[in-house]
Amino acid sequence: MTSSTPTELRKTPLHAVHVASGARMVEFAGWNMPVEYSGITDEHMAVRTRAGLFDVSHMGEIEVAGADALSFVQWITTNDASRLSIGQAQYSALTTPEGTFVDDVLVYRLADEHYLLVVNAGNVAKAWAWIKSQAAAEGGDVALVNASARYALIAVQGPEAANIAQQLTTVDLAGIKYYWFATGEVASVRATISRTGYTGEDGFELFVPPAEASRVWRALIDAGKSVDIRPCGLGARDTLRLEACMRLSGSDMDEHTTVLEAGLGWLIGWKKDRFVGDAPLRAQKAGGPTRKLVAFEMTERAIARHGYPVMSNGAPCGVVTSGTQTPFLKKAIGFAMVPMELTGVGTRLDIDVRGRSCRAMVVAEPFYKRPR
Amino acid sequence: MFPTDLKYTKDHEWLRQDGGEVLVGITDFAQRQLGDVVFVELPEIGRTLKQGESFGTIESVKAVSELYSPVSGEIVAVNRQLDTHPEAVNKTPHETWMIRLKPSAPDESVSLLDASAYGALVQ
Repeated sequence: MTSSTPTELRKTPLHAVHVASGARMVEFAGWNMPVEYSGITDEHMAVRTRAGLFDVSHMGEIEVAGADALSFVQWITTNDASRLSIGQAQYSALTTPEGTFVDDVLVYRLADEHYLLVVNAGNVAKAWAWIKSQAAAEGGDVALVNASARYALIAVQGPEAANIAQQLTTVDLAGIKYYWFATGEVASVRATISRTGYTGEDGFELFVPPAEASRVWRALIDAGKSVDIRPCGLGARDTLRLEACMRLSGSDMDEHTTVLEAGLGWLIGWKKDRFVGDAPLRAQKAGGPTRKLVAFEMTERAIARHGYPVMSNGAPCGVVTSGTQTPFLKKAIGFAMVPMELTGVGTRLDIDVRGRSCRAMVVAEPFYKRPR
Repeated sequence: MFPTDLKYTKDHEWLRQDGGEVLVGITDFAQRQLGDVVFVELPEIGRTLKQGESFGTIESVKAVSELYSPVSGEIVAVNRQLDTHPEAVNKTPHETWMIRLKPSAPDESVSLLDASAYGALVQ
């Protein structure tokens, strides 16, 4: 329980707004970020039932442009980016030659020969170095820009998100489908409006100039007052994404986890000729992975957390990669990496919760799916 | 801010004298640090604790923390209401006790902090 904050931490353009609003600030991936405002449960419920606002400006943005931009994106990411229209985005994996994760990414097609990759805050430096080294090795007409400092990123999420954002823009938000984006003004600020998110709810992520971020934030708070919108911190972001069964890079998967082991085989464009790590992934697909990430629910009163061992015959056979008590479903849930023989839905898992063996059960994904 | 009729530990527990026995809980500062409490794991009645010994755990949505006994003694009661209403720790931290102890070394409470010393510690 320490409350000191090293001064060298990075601050988003909304840092002063968070502090002035009384958010509890913590260090996250080298950034000083809000972990909670009114409390994780309150924020989580607001997003599930009304709306919540998140500062995710710590995420990294890397732009890829040039005549060979598509073939380069096809090389460094697993999904088939040739299927993207201009104005469309896709979830993908940035892979190592072993078919494991450098990071998970969102790939946006901004223009014919111009792509934007959104990477996790903790992986910006690693992803940037990796992508640059791949561009140098591959050659071709590709220009790269680490544009992370050029964007603030604000997420408005929840069933009321579209109604709130629509008050601030003339762009027809109903015309933006899930995983598509448009450009236009929000609160008189130039924005890229993306119908994406990390909560399992409908909503938008708004890329705006850093200098205008606080204006957009305040306008969204004001527009959402009638539905009691909540500013939200990283705590609720984590419980919301877990309930929606979305993976957290660095926690659920990393450089030691293949895309298949993470249960993200649907991110792989198998019909592509080549991409980084395709040979080991094709081999693993043919032979079947020996372990896989599963969703579990505790069947006795305990909360399994990141790093707790999954036991079999008295020895660790797997590990919990994420786990919490979720505010909406009111269950203790999580992800665990386990041997294939324990991956079937209904399989009992025995998890070592600080020395006590506690029962859990493998369940179908997702834990939570929003009503449509 | 912190009630003057309580004694405090550096680990953020409080102790309230109640006749010849004492009640133990965690402070408002501790519950704020934890966030929304979802689970309090309490010990068996009859167990004997040493001063500073862990008697259970408290879990919030995002973290788990140990609970430490401010003094030595025998556990004579536990607050079973926390099984169904752990959020009481957030709502009324200084009224929500966790265990009732019969102290075996009454002198130990002298080593605890008073409200002003504890308040200064968490400033």
